[in-house]
Amino acid sequence: MAGLKRKDILGLKDLSVDELDLILNTADTLKDIATRPIKKVPTLRGKSLVTLFYENSTRTAKSFELAGKYLSADVINVSVSSSSVQKGETLKDTARNLEAMGVDAVVMRHSMGGAPQILSRYLKASVINAGDGMHEHPSQGLLDMLTIRQKKGSFKGLKVAIIGDSYHSRVARSNIYGLTKYGAEVWLAGPATMLPQGYEEYGVKVTTKVDEALEGADVVNVLRLQLERQERGLFPSIAEYHRLWGVNERRLKLAKPDALLMHPGPMNRGVELSTAIADGNQSVILEQVTNGVAVRMALLYLLLGGGESA
Amino acid sequence: MSVLIRGGRLLDPANGVDRIDDLLVADGKIVAIGAGLQGDQVVEAGGKVVAPGFIDIHVHLRVPGQEYKEDIRTGTAAAVRGGFTGVVCMPNTKPVIDNVPVVSYVVNLAARDGLCRVWPTGAITKGSKGDELAEIGDMFEAGIVAVTDDGRPVDDSERMRQAMIYAKQFDLLVMDHCEDKALSAGGAMHYGKVSSELGLKGIASASEEVHVARDILLSLETGARVHIQHISSRRSVELLRWGKAMGAKVSAEATPHHFTLTDQIVADMNYSTNTKMNPPLREEADREAIIAAMVDGTIDIIATDHAPHHIDEKDVEYQQALFGITGLETSVGLTLDRLVRPGILSLEQMILMMSTRPAKLVNVKPPALVEGAEADITILDLEKSWTVQVDEMESRSKNSPFIGWTLTGAPHATVVGGKLRMLEMKVVAE
Amino acid sequence: MIEPKALLMDAAQMNRALSRIAHEIIERNKGIESVALVGIRRRGVPLAQRLAERLQEFEGRTVPVGILDITLYRDDLTELSSVPLIHKSEVNFKLPGTVVVLVDDVLYTGRTVRAALDALLDIGRPSVIQLAVLIDRGHRELPIRADYVGKNVPTSKREVVEVHLTEVDGDEFVALYDLP
Repeated sequence: MAGLKRKDILGLKDLSVDELDLILNTADTLKDIATRPIKKVPTLRGKSLVTLFYENSTRTAKSFELAGKYLSADVINVSVSSSSVQKGETLKDTARNLEAMGVDAVVMRHSMGGAPQILSRYLKASVINAGDGMHEHPSQGLLDMLTIRQKKGSFKGLKVAIIGDSYHSRVARSNIYGLTKYGAEVWLAGPATMLPQGYEEYGVKVTTKVDEALEGADVVNVLRLQLERQERGLFPSIAEYHRLWGVNERRLKLAKPDALLMHPGPMNRGVELSTAIADGNQSVILEQVTNGVAVRMALLYLLLGGGESA
Repeated sequence: MSVLIRGGRLLDPANGVDRIDDLLVADGKIVAIGAGLQGDQVVEAGGKVVAPGFIDIHVHLRVPGQEYKEDIRTGTAAAVRGGFTGVVCMPNTKPVIDNVPVVSYVVNLAARDGLCRVWPTGAITKGSKGDELAEIGDMFEAGIVAVTDDGRPVDDSERMRQAMIYAKQFDLLVMDHCEDKALSAGGAMHYGKVSSELGLKGIASASEEVHVARDILLSLETGARVHIQHISSRRSVELLRWGKAMGAKVSAEATPHHFTLTDQIVADMNYSTNTKMNPPLREEADREAIIAAMVDGTIDIIATDHAPHHIDEKDVEYQQALFGITGLETSVGLTLDRLVRPGILSLEQMILMMSTRPAKLVNVKPPALVEGAEADITILDLEKSWTVQVDEMESRSKNSPFIGWTLTGAPHATVVGGKLRMLEMKVVAE
Repeated sequence: MIEPKALLMDAAQMNRALSRIAHEIIERNKGIESVALVGIRRRGVPLAQRLAERLQEFEGRTVPVGILDITLYRDDLTELSSVPLIHKSEVNFKLPGTVVVLVDDVLYTGRTVRAALDALLDIGRPSVIQLAVLIDRGHRELPIRADYVGKNVPTSKREVVEVHLTEVDGDEFVALYDLP
């Protein structure tokens, strides 16, 4: 018997290597369902799933929705603009209402770190964090890892360069926690105003020189530059950002010839990365998306597949 | 009806008192100190420490306008349960205490409902908006003991300078909540490794230090008395040392949460908003610096910044939750358990920091264990082991990170104006 | 090691039964041109492979062998305290026009075969599905029957039938035990 001995997936920081293996292996196995003619298995028939998105996101929300539907679960989507949340309903009350409706799992995205923890306290149902502020985005971390594992076989000793605004990035954090558990060498590179504190303790190398991070890298993961940050004085202009930290063909050549180019999407072409490499043959950006559905199916299966006592 | 406090160790360092003796209270005063006295009501104090009454000069009673969080009755009940015979309440209420009618309202309500003494403060500026001066002189006549815009800093340095000069006329202490709002904007906890890991915006230490430096310099410039509230960073402590060495009339307080907790607890308590207050909990080095400064006298007093909030204001996302935790009922226990028992702070220092000095700062006659003095007395039980329980708390709000902590050392009895208000951590019914 | 209550088949008997089943498959389908074997994980897989070897030997023709993992189709998942590990199914040949012979070690309640039918039909549409099992122990809970049976063994519900195959268990026998 396998199964995760936990009710929720709130982040990768607290998952063990065994749990990560289980999720990645399960995702690998489930991946084929999304590519065969009948994209359905009856496994989660009768289970209900709510995606609760306080922040806009098409791709993650749809990815979870499809994952649930492929497993035959009933899925409904709640987004901030169309729910009573706008009327000032607290997170606690939203959670309790969902519970009263008999929901089995809630996938939540929220703009504030720690919000899924509140939901998990008030819900007997499973909570999956689809991104909480700057804190974690576990399914993204997992799909990134699955993509790397598919192409590279294992993580140990791989040099993974995460380029961009990692200070504000939940994708970066989840990747750091997941990859360092397997012994990968993680580098963060970006403007000094956008680098997080304290990750040296995890063995992560932090630099403002993007070329140094890219040198000999096996994986290059480019983070989206959130353009609102420009107003906040974190960087002066898109042009300067692109010149100093944008990943283009010349920079990508510094990495290994078979290095993977990744991006969590959506891309700002010409800003954090150039169009040529986004569409080039090192890019695995679309595989990431496919793996995203597989990883989310795996999480749903592992959390909801069993009985009440799971 | 007289009250006899029997057999306790009387300890009042300011008056050179340290001996085991009986103490007799009648008509609101200490009438006799000696051996073998008789009284109507007896409080056995054998093995306990009898001290002059403790005063907390940083308490939010939430009156007027926010009684759903706390009011005079519940706030003073919490105070006497915590061993306090007097509290100084902050003016950031609704409306702000910035004029005579509101001051009088608080004074009268406190006289009617208060279980301990309540001295109000007045705002420095009208509405604490940081602009026009409030009617400090009139409020002084009405009974305020200090001025502060607490809750907020005074952003404009020139305004602060003028306020200090003006308040000096009445020898009113200017208490400042030191925070450069531009530097702290949007932050929910200390800016550091833990905030980065938890994905929460941080409040840099510099946001406090910038204003601490400013206030010390203004105090040197104007000769006014300024008091740094809830000091939280080691560099603030260094600035304080420098300021005092330069002869500035600057004093400072440390809260129990700042000398017992660090930012790590936000992670350890899994985003519990009972770890959220302003200024935030900082790093171990900051905590240690604060304790060292308490021991060497750089930090003058202990004050709780007791900030009750309703559960609806706290049981939300960390970023959204209001800043503040309660503190009246745990201050003495934490000080005894964490500082006195391990021998870091002496009992004498504790008494100076919680009774004599706070009183002097706000120009209130310090409680004393001498014949003829007002009978404001705090009795401590250094050996009592107890656990902080929610349902025993008198405060209307229960936002404390210390719930569930077991401490050795507790307030045993509180006598206010000759009346026994608390015995064995239970408020005495009237 | 608990002693079995009875030894139902030894290695030699198992081999003969498989050979007989192989002949029956050939006979029933009038040759094996459109036949494919699909083993139900776990022990159905080596059994399917052995049948394929025999069909190759007897008819000189390679028969495709697939693997079916039915975990996602089980009807009893909610009764388990933790979810089972899932494995990949591999059916790499076309199903339309094919006679698929599902292969499993023991046929009991019929629920595994029901799940296998659903799993197979979600992959494609074979023209015919037949079922070959090494042991039929009775006590069907669904209207399912096997086309090819190695041995019929009447059992009680308090007994357990265990099939050991060299590929999986290192030894080779079929035994009957009492439920512990």
